[in-house]
Amino acid sequence: METEGRPINVLGIETSCDETAAAVVAEGREVKSSVVASQTKLHEKYGGVVPEVASRAHIEKIYPVVSEAMERAGVGEREIDAVAVANQPGLTIALVVGVTAAKALSLMWGKPLIAINHLHAHLQSAMLAEERLELPAVALIVSGGHTCLYDCESPLELELMGRTIDDAAGEAFDKVAMILGLAYPGGPSIEMAAAKGDPKAIDFARTMLGRDSLDFSFSGLKTAVLYYCRGQDMKGEDRVASMSEQEIADVAASFQAAAIDVLVRKTERAAGRIGARTVLLGGGVAANSVLRDRLREMCDSAEPARRLLVAPKQYCTDNAVMVASLGYFKYKAGLFADLTLEPKASG
Amino acid sequence: MDVEITSESPEQTIYIGRRIGQKLRGGEIIGICGPLGSGKTHLIKGIAAGARAGAPSDVNSPTFVIVNEYKGRLDLYHIDAYRLNSIAEFEMLGFDDFCYPESVVVIEWADKVESALRSTDYMRIGMEHAGATIRRIHVRNAPKYVDL
Repeated sequence: METEGRPINVLGIETSCDETAAAVVAEGREVKSSVVASQTKLHEKYGGVVPEVASRAHIEKIYPVVSEAMERAGVGEREIDAVAVANQPGLTIALVVGVTAAKALSLMWGKPLIAINHLHAHLQSAMLAEERLELPAVALIVSGGHTCLYDCESPLELELMGRTIDDAAGEAFDKVAMILGLAYPGGPSIEMAAAKGDPKAIDFARTMLGRDSLDFSFSGLKTAVLYYCRGQDMKGEDRVASMSEQEIADVAASFQAAAIDVLVRKTERAAGRIGARTVLLGGGVAANSVLRDRLREMCDSAEPARRLLVAPKQYCTDNAVMVASLGYFKYKAGLFADLTLEPKASG
Repeated sequence: MDVEITSESPEQTIYIGRRIGQKLRGGEIIGICGPLGSGKTHLIKGIAAGARAGAPSDVNSPTFVIVNEYKGRLDLYHIDAYRLNSIAEFEMLGFDDFCYPESVVVIEWADKVESALRSTDYMRIGMEHAGATIRRIHVRNAPKYVDL
């Protein structure tokens, strides 16, 4: 474990859902390499365009992804100080591939193993560039699979304040894109269509779940868009085919405004409750510019103004940099796992 | 046993699910079909509560994650086939490992994986829109002890 004055390098591994990813990060902040299978030539070599859900896809990609991350970082096993892996939450059969690989490398190289919560790691993406976090901080993670609010005491201490009780926000974006006949993934296509639309064209209801709730519900909004397009009993014909581009843009913009309104108002509510000085934003939907802008306005208009830290766009979606970065802080805190580590579906 | 039930609201859909969940003994497989927004996840919130596998608020949509697992009186595996591209992907999820005497496996968008379920004697639930909040729920091939 002697690093002889050189920076501490952590290898991170992420396989919690569709992506197979590995990264090497020095001192928790300096990204030496980041490999995400679907974003590289590896993907052309090993698999199709649509992310494959099967664990077999992870099994085929894990070795080439890890070796490419090591190669690009220009490090060998001797320069790696710990192996960090996302072991929860996610799809068990996908998680197990990363966990098994990490355990094998840890044993083979004689380096400590570190267990990482995938959702906590998403927040780490927002803290990458930050030397010092002004506390208290509230954190919003918003992606295809998750929508959560945390009270964040440090990268290592997070307390869940609220989460979705049905669909995640990113899932609502994808399903509405599908209803409107827009391309997958739905997040970017809704944002693009919405840019030309009127966000006030249709007044979709904002589901707030009561005055004190910090939980989210997006399934009603999805159904409201569906009914707008096909009639309340679904017996009407699908109007989308006959809608003009402008009409589709208006539906997309109005949906996006409603979803983002709820995300921003709940985050503001949570921030008010703990007197947050900082707001953190991470997860795939954090790439949405309107959400970023609206959260910034919310932070600027607070008294005193809050600081907004947003994950860089390339680290919003699933990646291993966030796993390696959080791994560094657990390494410094001596929080190690052992070879009995198992994947966990919920987290 | 076949039954047809009308639900007037999401809350009532959860209640109907709860009644189904209470009767389950373990070892059941339930396939749920119905379009977007027809209440599949809400019904499963109730089933999980009735089977004492999880509170309704614990149950959310596994569209992205594919499988949610809840543990309690019975273990409940909540699968969403919406994003699956093939039967092979479904089988690779470890479907066989989810089926044991103390577990209930519930599959949303079951029509996408019908051929994999055909060999099991699974309970089929169809859901359809019948008005703004009204849903028609058809329960087919329910075990006798699930009397609704």
